[in-house]
Amino acid sequence: MTAAQEPTRPVQGDPAAARPVLTAPEVARVVDRMAHELLEKTGGGADVVLLGIPTRGRDLARRLAGRIEAFEGLTIPTGSLDITLYRDDLRLKSPRALEETELPSDGVDGKLVVLVDDVLFSGRTIRAALDALADLGRPRAVQLAVLVDRGHRELPIRADYVGKNIPTSLRETVHVQLTEHDGVDAVLLGPAAA
Amino acid sequence: MNRHLLSAADLTRDDALLVLDTAEELAQLTERATVKKLPTLRGRTVVNLFFEDSTRTRTSFELAAKRLSADVINFSAKGSSVSKGETLKDTALTLEAMGSDAVVIRHSWSGAPVNLARWVKGSVINAGDGTHEHPTQALLDAFTMRQRHGRLEGLRVTIVGDVLHSRVARSNVLLLSTLGADVTLVAPPTLLPVGVEAWPCETSYDLDAVLPKSDVVMMLRVQRERMGAAYFPSSREYARRYGLDVRRVTALKDDAIVMHPGPMVRGMEIAPEVADGVRSTIQEQVANGVSVRMAVLYLLLGGAESAIGGVVSETREEGLQ
Repeated sequence: MTAAQEPTRPVQGDPAAARPVLTAPEVARVVDRMAHELLEKTGGGADVVLLGIPTRGRDLARRLAGRIEAFEGLTIPTGSLDITLYRDDLRLKSPRALEETELPSDGVDGKLVVLVDDVLFSGRTIRAALDALADLGRPRAVQLAVLVDRGHRELPIRADYVGKNIPTSLRETVHVQLTEHDGVDAVLLGPAAA
Repeated sequence: MNRHLLSAADLTRDDALLVLDTAEELAQLTERATVKKLPTLRGRTVVNLFFEDSTRTRTSFELAAKRLSADVINFSAKGSSVSKGETLKDTALTLEAMGSDAVVIRHSWSGAPVNLARWVKGSVINAGDGTHEHPTQALLDAFTMRQRHGRLEGLRVTIVGDVLHSRVARSNVLLLSTLGADVTLVAPPTLLPVGVEAWPCETSYDLDAVLPKSDVVMMLRVQRERMGAAYFPSSREYARRYGLDVRRVTALKDDAIVMHPGPMVRGMEIAPEVADGVRSTIQEQVANGVSVRMAVLYLLLGGAESAIGGVVSETREEGLQ
Protein backbone atom coordinates (compact mmCIF):
# COMPACT_ATOMS: atom_id res chain seq x y z
CA MET A 1 0.00 0.00 0.00
CA THR A 2 0.96 3.62 -0.16
CA ALA A 3 2.85 5.25 2.66
CA ALA A 4 -0.22 7.29 3.56
CA GLN A 5 -1.98 4.20 4.89
CA GLU A 6 0.98 2.87 6.76
CA PRO A 7 1.99 5.16 9.59
CA THR A 8 4.61 2.93 11.23
CA ARG A 9 6.81 0.60 9.27
CA PRO A 10 10.37 -0.61 8.98
CA VAL A 11 13.01 1.57 7.37
CA GLN A 12 12.42 1.88 3.64
CA GLY A 13 14.87 2.84 0.96
CA ASP A 14 18.47 3.52 1.79
CA PRO A 15 18.96 4.03 5.56
CA ALA A 16 22.15 5.93 4.80
CA ALA A 17 20.08 8.52 2.90
CA ALA A 18 17.95 9.13 6.02
CA ARG A 19 18.86 12.21 8.02
CA PRO A 20 18.54 12.36 11.81
CA VAL A 21 15.96 14.81 13.13
CA LEU A 22 16.43 13.83 16.75
CA THR A 23 19.57 12.32 18.21
CA ALA A 24 19.69 10.11 21.32
CA PRO A 25 20.14 12.96 23.86
CA GLU A 26 17.37 14.91 22.14
CA VAL A 27 15.00 11.94 22.32
CA ALA A 28 15.74 11.69 26.06
CA ARG A 29 15.04 15.41 26.60
CA VAL A 30 11.82 15.21 24.59
CA VAL A 31 10.59 12.22 26.63
CA ASP A 32 11.45 14.08 29.87
CA ARG A 33 9.47 17.10 28.73
CA MET A 34 6.50 14.95 27.74
CA ALA A 35 6.55 13.29 31.16
CA HIS A 36 6.46 16.73 32.86
CA GLU A 37 3.65 17.92 30.58
CA LEU A 38 1.68 14.81 31.32
CA LEU A 39 2.02 15.37 35.08
CA GLU A 40 1.07 19.03 34.67
CA LYS A 41 -1.97 18.42 32.46
CA THR A 42 -3.35 15.51 34.47
CA GLY A 43 -3.08 17.20 37.83
CA GLY A 44 -0.18 15.09 39.07
CA GLY A 45 -0.91 11.88 37.21
CA ALA A 46 -3.69 10.54 39.44
CA ASP A 47 -5.79 7.80 37.77
CA VAL A 48 -3.59 7.88 34.67
CA VAL A 49 -3.02 4.68 32.69
CA LEU A 50 -0.47 4.68 29.85
CA LEU A 51 -1.36 2.36 26.97
CA GLY A 52 1.28 2.00 24.29
CA ILE A 53 0.56 0.81 20.76
CA PRO A 54 3.06 -1.96 19.88
CA THR A 55 5.81 -2.08 19.26
CA ARG A 56 7.50 1.27 19.83
CA GLY A 57 4.52 2.96 21.42
CA ARG A 58 4.65 0.37 24.16
CA ASP A 59 8.33 1.11 24.75
CA LEU A 60 7.63 4.84 24.87
CA ALA A 61 4.80 4.27 27.38
CA ARG A 62 7.21 2.38 29.63
CA ARG A 63 9.80 5.15 29.31
CA LEU A 64 7.29 7.85 30.16
CA ALA A 65 6.21 5.87 33.21
CA GLY A 66 9.87 5.41 34.16
CA ARG A 67 10.56 9.16 33.95
CA ILE A 68 7.43 10.04 35.93
CA GLU A 69 8.52 7.60 38.61
CA ALA A 70 11.96 9.23 38.67
CA PHE A 71 10.53 12.77 38.94
CA GLU A 72 7.65 12.21 41.37
CA GLY A 73 8.06 8.71 42.80
CA LEU A 74 4.67 7.91 41.34
CA THR A 75 4.06 4.52 39.71
CA ILE A 76 1.82 4.88 36.66
CA PRO A 77 0.19 1.65 35.43
CA THR A 78 1.20 0.86 31.84
CA GLY A 79 0.03 -1.64 29.27
CA SER A 80 -0.08 -2.29 25.58
CA LEU A 81 -2.92 -2.16 23.10
CA ASP A 82 -2.69 -4.02 19.80
CA ILE A 83 -4.90 -2.50 17.12
CA THR A 84 -4.35 -5.01 14.29
CA LEU A 85 -7.83 -6.54 14.49
CA TYR A 86 -9.40 -3.07 14.38
CA ARG A 87 -7.50 -1.65 11.40
CA ASP A 88 -9.55 -0.21 8.55
CA ASP A 89 -7.05 -1.43 5.96
CA LEU A 90 -7.14 -5.12 6.97
CA ARG A 91 -8.86 -6.04 3.71
CA LEU A 92 -6.14 -4.38 1.65
CA LYS A 93 -3.27 -6.65 2.58
CA SER A 94 -2.38 -10.06 3.94
CA PRO A 95 -3.39 -10.62 7.61
CA ARG A 96 -0.62 -9.65 10.01
CA ALA A 97 0.65 -11.30 13.13
CA LEU A 98 -0.97 -9.91 16.26
CA GLU A 99 0.92 -8.01 18.93
CA GLU A 100 0.36 -8.20 22.63
CA THR A 101 -2.59 -6.54 24.34
CA GLU A 102 -2.00 -6.30 28.05
CA LEU A 103 -3.96 -4.16 30.47
CA PRO A 104 -2.89 -3.15 33.98
CA SER A 105 -4.61 -5.29 36.61
CA ASP A 106 -7.06 -2.52 37.52
CA GLY A 107 -8.21 -2.20 33.92
CA VAL A 108 -9.21 1.08 32.26
CA ASP A 109 -12.69 1.72 33.65
CA GLY A 110 -12.94 5.24 35.09
CA LYS A 111 -9.25 5.92 34.34
CA LEU A 112 -7.59 8.67 32.33
CA VAL A 113 -6.07 6.61 29.54
CA VAL A 114 -3.18 8.14 27.64
CA LEU A 115 -2.56 6.33 24.34
CA VAL A 116 1.11 6.40 23.36
CA ASP A 117 2.49 5.91 19.83
CA ASP A 118 5.74 6.75 18.09
CA VAL A 119 4.50 8.59 14.99
CA LEU A 120 1.16 10.33 14.39
CA PHE A 121 0.43 10.40 10.66
CA SER A 122 -2.97 9.70 9.06
CA GLY A 123 -4.66 9.18 12.44
CA ARG A 124 -6.06 5.83 11.36
CA THR A 125 -4.06 3.89 13.92
CA ILE A 126 -5.49 6.05 16.69
CA ARG A 127 -9.01 5.62 15.34
CA ALA A 128 -8.49 1.85 15.51
CA ALA A 129 -7.04 2.22 19.02
CA LEU A 130 -10.12 4.12 20.19
CA ASP A 131 -12.33 1.28 18.92
CA ALA A 132 -10.13 -1.34 20.58
CA LEU A 133 -10.16 0.64 23.83
CA ALA A 134 -13.96 0.89 23.80
CA ASP A 135 -14.12 -2.93 23.76
CA LEU A 136 -11.85 -3.14 26.79
CA GLY A 137 -13.71 -0.79 29.09
CA ARG A 138 -14.93 2.74 29.63
CA PRO A 139 -12.17 5.20 30.52
CA ARG A 140 -13.10 8.54 32.12
CA ALA A 141 -11.18 10.28 29.32
CA VAL A 142 -8.66 9.41 26.61
CA GLN A 143 -5.62 11.47 25.64
CA LEU A 144 -2.89 10.92 23.06
CA ALA A 145 0.88 11.21 23.37
CA VAL A 146 3.18 10.83 20.34
CA LEU A 147 6.91 11.24 19.94
CA VAL A 148 6.58 12.65 16.41
CA ASP A 149 3.68 14.37 14.67
CA ARG A 150 4.42 14.38 10.97
CA GLY A 151 1.10 15.84 9.77
CA HIS A 152 -1.11 14.66 6.86
CA ARG A 153 -4.07 13.74 9.02
CA GLU A 154 -6.94 11.92 7.30
CA LEU A 155 -9.22 11.96 10.33
CA PRO A 156 -10.20 14.59 12.94
CA ILE A 157 -7.64 13.42 15.50
CA ARG A 158 -4.98 15.43 17.35
CA ALA A 159 -2.38 14.68 20.01
CA ASP A 160 -2.40 16.12 23.56
CA TYR A 161 1.35 15.65 24.00
CA VAL A 162 3.75 15.94 21.06
CA GLY A 163 7.48 15.27 21.32
CA LYS A 164 8.35 16.98 18.06
CA ASN A 165 6.38 18.33 15.13
CA ILE A 166 8.15 17.39 11.92
CA PRO A 167 6.67 18.89 8.74
CA THR A 168 7.04 16.25 6.02
CA SER A 169 6.03 15.60 2.47
CA LEU A 170 3.94 12.50 1.80
CA ARG A 171 6.88 10.95 -0.02
CA GLU A 172 9.19 11.14 2.97
CA THR A 173 9.41 8.47 5.66
CA VAL A 174 9.75 9.05 9.40
CA HIS A 175 11.44 6.30 11.31
CA VAL A 176 11.66 6.20 15.08
CA GLN A 177 14.43 4.05 16.51
CA LEU A 178 14.45 3.06 20.18
CA THR A 179 17.20 1.16 21.97
CA GLU A 180 14.73 -1.55 23.04
CA HIS A 181 14.34 -2.59 19.40
CA ASP A 182 16.94 -0.85 17.33
CA GLY A 183 19.87 -0.58 19.70
CA VAL A 184 19.88 3.21 19.40
CA ASP A 185 17.58 6.17 20.07
CA ALA A 186 16.95 8.39 17.04
CA VAL A 187 14.32 9.84 14.78
CA LEU A 188 15.25 9.68 11.10
CA LEU A 189 13.69 11.44 8.15
CA GLY A 190 14.32 9.77 4.84
CA PRO A 191 13.10 9.79 1.26
CA ALA A 192 10.49 7.14 0.46
CA ALA A 193 11.52 4.01 -1.34
CA ALA A 194 11.17 4.34 -5.10
CA MET B 1 -5.21 -17.88 -5.72
CA ASN B 2 -7.33 -18.52 -2.63
CA ARG B 3 -5.87 -20.72 0.06
CA HIS B 4 -7.32 -23.47 2.19
CA LEU B 5 -6.63 -25.53 5.28
CA LEU B 6 -7.26 -29.05 4.01
CA SER B 7 -4.39 -30.91 5.60
CA ALA B 8 -1.98 -30.26 8.43
CA ALA B 9 0.66 -30.61 5.70
CA ASP B 10 -0.62 -27.33 4.19
CA LEU B 11 1.11 -25.53 7.05
CA THR B 12 4.80 -24.76 6.97
CA ARG B 13 6.57 -24.43 10.29
CA ASP B 14 6.26 -20.63 10.10
CA ASP B 15 2.54 -20.89 9.23
CA ALA B 16 1.88 -23.24 12.13
CA LEU B 17 3.74 -21.03 14.60
CA LEU B 18 1.88 -17.97 13.26
CA VAL B 19 -1.43 -19.74 13.97
CA LEU B 20 -0.33 -20.71 17.50
CA ASP B 21 1.01 -17.22 18.31
CA THR B 22 -2.12 -15.56 16.90
CA ALA B 23 -4.30 -17.93 18.90
CA GLU B 24 -2.37 -17.02 22.03
CA GLU B 25 -3.01 -13.29 21.56
CA LEU B 26 -6.67 -13.98 20.79
CA ALA B 27 -7.01 -16.13 23.91
CA GLN B 28 -5.47 -13.28 25.91
CA LEU B 29 -7.98 -10.83 24.42
CA THR B 30 -11.10 -12.96 24.75
CA GLU B 31 -10.36 -14.62 28.08
CA ARG B 32 -8.31 -12.25 30.17
CA ALA B 33 -9.33 -8.91 28.68
CA THR B 34 -12.90 -10.25 28.18
CA VAL B 35 -13.39 -8.85 24.69
CA LYS B 36 -16.27 -11.01 23.49
CA LYS B 37 -16.56 -9.59 20.01
CA LEU B 38 -13.90 -8.40 17.58
CA PRO B 39 -14.86 -6.53 14.38
CA THR B 40 -12.25 -8.23 12.21
CA LEU B 41 -14.42 -10.39 9.91
CA ARG B 42 -17.45 -8.10 9.77
CA GLY B 43 -19.30 -8.68 6.51
CA ARG B 44 -17.68 -12.04 5.81
CA THR B 45 -19.80 -15.16 5.60
CA VAL B 46 -18.66 -18.51 6.94
CA VAL B 47 -20.67 -21.62 6.08
CA ASN B 48 -20.51 -24.60 8.43
CA LEU B 49 -21.21 -27.54 6.15
CA PHE B 50 -21.55 -30.61 8.35
CA PHE B 51 -22.41 -33.95 6.81
CA GLU B 52 -21.42 -35.83 9.97
CA ASP B 53 -22.55 -35.38 13.55
CA SER B 54 -20.39 -33.12 15.64
CA THR B 55 -20.94 -31.13 18.79
CA ARG B 56 -17.67 -29.58 19.74
CA THR B 57 -16.15 -28.89 16.34
CA ARG B 58 -19.25 -27.27 14.85
CA THR B 59 -20.03 -25.13 17.88
CA SER B 60 -16.35 -24.26 18.21
CA PHE B 61 -16.15 -23.01 14.62
CA GLU B 62 -19.46 -21.19 15.01
CA LEU B 63 -18.32 -19.43 18.17
CA ALA B 64 -14.93 -18.60 16.63
CA ALA B 65 -16.53 -17.03 13.55
CA LYS B 66 -19.08 -15.11 15.61
CA ARG B 67 -16.44 -13.73 17.97
CA LEU B 68 -14.77 -12.27 14.88
CA SER B 69 -18.13 -10.78 13.77
CA ALA B 70 -18.51 -13.01 10.70
CA ASP B 71 -21.98 -14.09 9.61
CA VAL B 72 -22.39 -17.82 10.14
CA ILE B 73 -24.66 -20.18 8.25
CA ASN B 74 -25.01 -23.64 9.75
CA PHE B 75 -25.84 -26.30 7.27
CA SER B 76 -26.24 -29.90 8.30
CA ALA B 77 -27.07 -32.77 6.00
CA LYS B 78 -30.16 -33.64 7.97
CA GLY B 79 -33.02 -31.33 7.02
CA SER B 80 -31.29 -30.05 3.88
CA SER B 81 -31.60 -30.87 0.20
CA VAL B 82 -28.90 -33.49 0.72
CA SER B 83 -31.57 -35.76 2.16
CA LYS B 84 -33.43 -35.25 -1.14
CA GLY B 85 -30.45 -36.59 -3.07
CA GLU B 86 -28.45 -33.43 -3.88
CA THR B 87 -24.78 -34.10 -4.56
CA LEU B 88 -21.91 -32.48 -2.68
CA LYS B 89 -21.00 -30.50 -5.79
CA ASP B 90 -24.50 -29.07 -6.24
CA THR B 91 -24.68 -28.21 -2.55
CA ALA B 92 -21.31 -26.48 -2.86
CA LEU B 93 -22.36 -24.49 -5.92
CA THR B 94 -25.55 -23.40 -4.17
CA LEU B 95 -23.58 -22.12 -1.21
CA GLU B 96 -21.13 -20.47 -3.60
CA ALA B 97 -24.00 -18.64 -5.33
CA MET B 98 -25.04 -17.29 -1.94
CA GLY B 99 -21.63 -15.66 -1.62
CA SER B 100 -19.84 -17.51 1.15
CA ASP B 101 -16.25 -16.46 1.89
CA ALA B 102 -15.30 -19.69 3.61
CA VAL B 103 -16.72 -23.17 3.94
CA VAL B 104 -15.95 -25.28 6.99
CA ILE B 105 -16.66 -28.85 5.97
CA ARG B 106 -17.03 -32.10 7.86
CA HIS B 107 -17.71 -35.14 5.72
CA SER B 108 -17.48 -38.91 6.08
CA TRP B 109 -15.59 -39.18 2.79
CA SER B 110 -11.84 -38.79 3.02
CA GLY B 111 -10.89 -36.16 0.45
CA ALA B 112 -14.28 -34.40 0.25
CA PRO B 113 -12.74 -31.03 1.31
CA VAL B 114 -10.12 -31.20 -1.47
CA ASN B 115 -12.88 -31.68 -4.05
CA LEU B 116 -14.91 -28.89 -2.51
CA ALA B 117 -11.89 -26.58 -2.75
CA ARG B 118 -11.85 -27.15 -6.53
CA TRP B 119 -15.50 -26.13 -6.84
CA VAL B 120 -15.86 -23.04 -4.68
CA LYS B 121 -14.14 -19.66 -4.84
CA GLY B 122 -13.81 -19.15 -1.08
CA SER B 123 -11.41 -20.77 1.36
CA VAL B 124 -12.17 -24.31 2.49
CA ILE B 125 -11.36 -25.48 6.01
CA ASN B 126 -11.33 -29.20 6.68
CA ALA B 127 -13.18 -29.90 9.93
CA GLY B 128 -12.67 -33.64 9.62
CA ASP B 129 -12.95 -35.82 6.51
CA GLY B 130 -13.57 -39.52 7.03
CA THR B 131 -10.49 -41.23 8.39
CA HIS B 132 -8.18 -38.73 6.71
CA GLU B 133 -7.47 -35.43 8.47
CA HIS B 134 -8.65 -32.90 11.04
CA PRO B 135 -6.06 -30.11 10.92
CA THR B 136 -7.66 -27.65 13.37
CA GLN B 137 -7.80 -30.40 16.00
CA ALA B 138 -4.06 -30.93 15.53
CA LEU B 139 -3.50 -27.17 15.88
CA LEU B 140 -5.47 -26.95 19.13
CA ASP B 141 -3.65 -30.03 20.44
CA ALA B 142 -0.27 -28.46 19.63
CA PHE B 143 -1.45 -25.21 21.24
CA THR B 144 -2.44 -27.08 24.41
CA MET B 145 0.90 -28.95 24.52
CA ARG B 146 2.85 -25.73 24.10
CA GLN B 147 0.77 -24.03 26.78
CA ARG B 148 1.43 -26.82 29.28
CA HIS B 149 5.06 -27.63 28.41
CA GLY B 150 6.24 -24.28 27.08
CA ARG B 151 7.74 -25.87 23.98
CA LEU B 152 7.06 -28.30 21.15
CA GLU B 153 10.58 -28.88 19.84
CA GLY B 154 11.79 -32.25 21.11
CA LEU B 155 8.56 -32.96 23.01
CA ARG B 156 7.80 -36.70 23.16
CA VAL B 157 4.18 -37.26 22.18
CA THR B 158 2.55 -40.69 22.36
CA ILE B 159 -0.71 -41.20 20.46
CA VAL B 160 -2.57 -44.31 21.58
CA GLY B 161 -5.43 -46.32 20.15
CA ASP B 162 -7.45 -46.48 16.97
CA VAL B 163 -4.93 -44.83 14.64
CA LEU B 164 -6.40 -46.63 11.63
CA HIS B 165 -9.68 -44.69 11.74
CA SER B 166 -8.27 -41.53 13.26
CA ARG B 167 -8.06 -38.29 11.31
CA VAL B 168 -6.83 -36.70 14.53
CA ALA B 169 -3.78 -38.99 14.60
CA ARG B 170 -2.85 -38.29 10.96
CA SER B 171 -3.10 -34.54 11.32
CA ASN B 172 -1.22 -34.59 14.61
CA VAL B 173 1.63 -36.68 13.18
CA LEU B 174 2.02 -34.26 10.26
CA LEU B 175 1.77 -31.08 12.31
CA LEU B 176 3.88 -32.24 15.24
CA SER B 177 6.66 -33.44 12.96
CA THR B 178 6.59 -30.03 11.23
CA LEU B 179 6.94 -28.42 14.66
CA GLY B 180 9.80 -30.67 15.74
CA ALA B 181 8.08 -32.94 18.27
CA ASP B 182 8.80 -36.71 18.36
CA VAL B 183 5.63 -38.74 17.89
CA THR B 184 5.14 -42.41 18.74
CA LEU B 185 1.95 -44.21 17.72
CA VAL B 186 0.86 -47.07 19.98
CA ALA B 187 -1.90 -49.42 18.83
CA PRO B 188 -2.71 -53.07 18.25
CA PRO B 189 -1.31 -54.15 14.85
CA THR B 190 -4.84 -54.33 13.44
CA LEU B 191 -5.44 -50.65 14.21
CA LEU B 192 -2.31 -49.26 12.56
CA PRO B 193 -2.80 -48.24 8.92
CA VAL B 194 -0.97 -49.87 6.05
CA GLY B 195 1.97 -47.67 5.08
CA VAL B 196 2.45 -46.22 8.57
CA GLU B 197 6.20 -46.96 8.18
CA ALA B 198 6.37 -44.00 5.82
CA TRP B 199 4.85 -41.56 8.34
CA PRO B 200 7.25 -39.22 10.15
CA CYS B 201 6.89 -41.04 13.49
CA GLU B 202 7.72 -44.20 15.46
CA THR B 203 5.28 -47.02 16.14
CA SER B 204 4.93 -49.51 19.00
CA TYR B 205 2.52 -52.21 20.18
CA ASP B 206 3.56 -51.91 23.83
CA LEU B 207 1.98 -49.03 25.75
CA ASP B 208 3.73 -49.76 29.07
CA ALA B 209 7.16 -49.51 27.45
CA VAL B 210 6.46 -46.09 25.92
CA LEU B 211 4.61 -44.33 28.77
CA PRO B 212 7.59 -43.54 31.07
CA LYS B 213 9.33 -41.61 28.24
CA SER B 214 6.28 -39.58 27.21
CA ASP B 215 5.68 -35.87 27.85
CA VAL B 216 2.22 -36.07 26.30
CA VAL B 217 -0.14 -39.04 26.06
CA MET B 218 -3.00 -38.59 23.63
CA MET B 219 -5.74 -41.20 23.83
CA LEU B 220 -7.89 -41.81 20.73
CA ARG B 221 -11.49 -42.93 20.71
CA VAL B 222 -12.14 -46.42 19.44
CA GLN B 223 -14.34 -45.60 16.46
CA ARG B 224 -16.84 -48.43 16.58
CA GLU B 225 -19.04 -46.76 13.96
CA ARG B 226 -16.30 -47.03 11.34
CA MET B 227 -15.45 -50.65 12.13
CA GLY B 228 -17.02 -53.18 9.82
CA ALA B 229 -15.09 -56.06 11.34
CA ALA B 230 -13.61 -57.09 14.67
CA TYR B 231 -10.24 -55.41 15.14
CA PHE B 232 -9.67 -56.71 18.67
CA PRO B 233 -11.13 -59.65 20.66
CA SER B 234 -13.13 -57.72 23.28
CA SER B 235 -13.51 -54.29 24.83
CA ARG B 236 -12.08 -55.62 28.09
CA GLU B 237 -8.96 -56.89 26.42
CA TYR B 238 -8.55 -53.62 24.52
CA ALA B 239 -8.94 -51.61 27.74
CA ARG B 240 -6.45 -53.85 29.54
CA ARG B 241 -3.73 -53.53 26.88
CA TYR B 242 -4.32 -50.06 25.45
CA GLY B 243 -6.55 -48.22 27.92
CA LEU B 244 -5.12 -45.49 30.14
CA ASP B 245 -6.06 -46.46 33.68
CA VAL B 246 -4.96 -45.21 37.10
CA ARG B 247 -2.15 -47.75 37.34
CA ARG B 248 -0.62 -46.71 34.01
CA VAL B 249 -0.80 -43.01 34.92
CA THR B 250 1.55 -43.64 37.88
CA ALA B 251 4.20 -44.68 35.35
CA LEU B 252 4.13 -41.23 33.72
CA LYS B 253 6.65 -38.45 34.29
CA ASP B 254 5.59 -35.84 36.86
CA ASP B 255 4.80 -33.19 34.26
CA ALA B 256 3.31 -35.47 31.60
CA ILE B 257 -0.16 -34.51 30.40
CA VAL B 258 -3.09 -36.63 29.21
CA MET B 259 -5.07 -35.49 26.18
CA HIS B 260 -8.17 -36.73 24.36
CA PRO B 261 -9.77 -35.11 21.31
CA GLY B 262 -13.25 -36.18 22.44
CA PRO B 263 -15.80 -37.60 22.43
CA MET B 264 -14.35 -40.16 24.80
CA VAL B 265 -15.56 -43.58 25.79
CA ARG B 266 -14.93 -43.71 29.53
CA GLY B 267 -13.76 -47.09 30.70
CA MET B 268 -12.64 -48.09 27.19
CA GLU B 269 -9.60 -46.07 26.09
CA ILE B 270 -9.51 -43.90 29.22
CA ALA B 271 -10.55 -44.47 32.84
CA PRO B 272 -12.97 -41.87 34.27
CA GLU B 273 -10.52 -41.00 37.10
CA VAL B 274 -7.81 -40.26 34.49
CA ALA B 275 -10.12 -38.22 32.26
CA ASP B 276 -11.04 -36.03 35.24
CA GLY B 277 -7.56 -36.03 36.81
CA VAL B 278 -5.11 -33.16 37.19
CA ARG B 279 -3.03 -34.25 34.19
CA SER B 280 -6.04 -34.19 31.90
CA THR B 281 -6.24 -31.27 29.44
CA ILE B 282 -9.54 -32.36 27.92
CA GLN B 283 -11.49 -29.25 28.97
CA GLU B 284 -8.57 -26.96 28.06
CA GLN B 285 -8.48 -28.52 24.60
CA VAL B 286 -12.10 -27.53 24.06
CA ALA B 287 -11.51 -23.95 25.25
CA ASN B 288 -8.33 -23.66 23.17
CA GLY B 289 -10.23 -24.91 20.12
CA VAL B 290 -12.13 -21.64 19.88
CA SER B 291 -8.98 -19.48 20.02
CA VAL B 292 -7.16 -21.64 17.46
CA ARG B 293 -10.12 -21.61 15.07
CA MET B 294 -10.40 -17.83 15.44
CA ALA B 295 -6.72 -17.62 14.47
CA VAL B 296 -7.24 -19.85 11.42
CA LEU B 297 -10.28 -17.85 10.28
CA TYR B 298 -8.46 -14.55 10.78
CA LEU B 299 -5.33 -15.67 8.94
CA LEU B 300 -7.30 -17.19 6.04
CA LEU B 301 -10.02 -14.54 5.68
CA GLY B 302 -8.85 -11.41 7.48
CA GLY B 303 -6.99 -9.79 4.62
CA ALA B 304 -6.81 -9.37 0.88
CA GLU B 305 -5.03 -12.68 0.63
CA SER B 306 -4.53 -15.53 3.08
CA ALA B 307 -1.48 -15.54 5.32
CA ILE B 308 -1.48 -19.33 5.70
CA GLY B 309 -2.69 -22.47 3.98
CA GLY B 310 -2.30 -24.55 0.84
CA VAL B 311 -3.70 -24.39 -2.67
CA VAL B 312 -5.34 -27.12 -4.71
CA SER B 313 -4.43 -28.15 -8.20
CA GLU B 314 -6.16 -30.72 -10.36
CA THR B 315 -3.51 -33.23 -9.43
CA ARG B 316 -3.20 -32.57 -5.71
CA GLU B 317 -2.08 -35.72 -3.91
CA GLU B 318 -2.56 -36.05 -0.18
CA GLY B 319 0.43 -36.64 2.04
CA LEU B 320 -0.57 -39.65 4.10
CA GLN B 321 -2.79 -42.13 2.26
